[in-house]
Amino acid sequence: MSEAKKAAVLVSGGLDSMLAVRVLQEQGIHVEGINFYTGFCVEGHTHAIRKKDQKKDKRNNALWVAEQLGIKLHIVDIVEEYKDVLLNPKHGYGANMNPCLDCKIFMVKKALEWMQKHEFDFIATGEVVGQRPMSQRKDTMPVVSGESGAEDLLVRPLCAKNLPSTLPEREGWLDREKLYDFSGRTRKPQMALAKQFGFEDYATPAGGCCFLTDESYSVKLVDLWKARGSRDYEMDDIMLLKVGRHLRPRDNFKMIVSREEGENNFLQGYKNHYITMRTIDYPGPLVLIDGEVGDEDIELAARITARFGKGKSAAEVAVEIREPDGASREITVNPISPGDIEKSWYI
Amino acid sequence: MANFSIDTRGLLCPMPVIRAQDRVEELQPGDRLEVISSDPGALNDIPAWCRINGHAVLEKNQDGREVRIVIKVGG
Repeated sequence: MSEAKKAAVLVSGGLDSMLAVRVLQEQGIHVEGINFYTGFCVEGHTHAIRKKDQKKDKRNNALWVAEQLGIKLHIVDIVEEYKDVLLNPKHGYGANMNPCLDCKIFMVKKALEWMQKHEFDFIATGEVVGQRPMSQRKDTMPVVSGESGAEDLLVRPLCAKNLPSTLPEREGWLDREKLYDFSGRTRKPQMALAKQFGFEDYATPAGGCCFLTDESYSVKLVDLWKARGSRDYEMDDIMLLKVGRHLRPRDNFKMIVSREEGENNFLQGYKNHYITMRTIDYPGPLVLIDGEVGDEDIELAARITARFGKGKSAAEVAVEIREPDGASREITVNPISPGDIEKSWYI
Repeated sequence: MANFSIDTRGLLCPMPVIRAQDRVEELQPGDRLEVISSDPGALNDIPAWCRINGHAVLEKNQDGREVRIVIKVGG
């Protein structure tokens, strides 16, 4: 018997890709998973930052899924290359800053490169026709196969019967009859198949795995670009948008106010890059100042900082202002009254 | 067989896993790689990555906010 054919499958950690892998395994295909890390993946980060989440199960779902399926998983860092996808999406954005279609095309293209380099035979995804409003539609499925260059080497085991046959089907590596015909937003067929395969525990279905589909995150990202006058970002920017309360009291600066101990610790790591503030005699948040600030700005920021601390009702509160180079000074301010914090300051 | 070390402090998962994975690719079976991380998530993720990719975890410990894991590269 000839050696098993090999498939590289995009594994997100969600149920659909998990099912897609198992469907291929049932047909004797050797599967290895590829998981792309864009920097915007919800997986991992926020759990690690917020203290209240640290007691929760911190498993990485893609790794967990791979272990359940008995496959290898290759995690690929695409943070740098992803910038162009996010900043210049040919097919535009979804409801928020999510460039879902360009993202899928890019990931399939990267998977194709991986497949060729590692001498695998084809690629597969857990995509389902009609499942997602932007990237998984009947008319966008061929766009993904075409523009990624994967063409008929891309198999969607969960909805293959709704699509033209692919090379692995025509070559007889896969029996089309044993692939599926799922379509639409319903999750019932996936849940039924999960039950059939004996999968009892799986992560919440796809779509919620990327910060770019989140409205409040997208608003913060757009605010950052506007304030800087350029649409660019570094890894640290992406991370900081996930942490704390963000307020922009003036166009020239933004404040990131930690909400709890975990975020405090996380923001500490940035104190050599930003001006930081904290109240001296009362417990309070660590506040990071992003922007070019003058004395009046510093005073306003200190008054806001005091407002978020335990000394918020005191007449005067001492606030430490630390420069990135370590130099620090102290000013005493009257905490700003809640009514003077304008709603529009919150990003 | 040789010993290697990478410092991934300041990075959050899955970056420590990715750094470990990319370093392991350059090593030989039997080599040991020490991974230092400041993300407690690495205590779960790196051993999970090792299990599915056929590497062994020789040591795993946490000292305050710092995590240290020693991997033996599989064949």
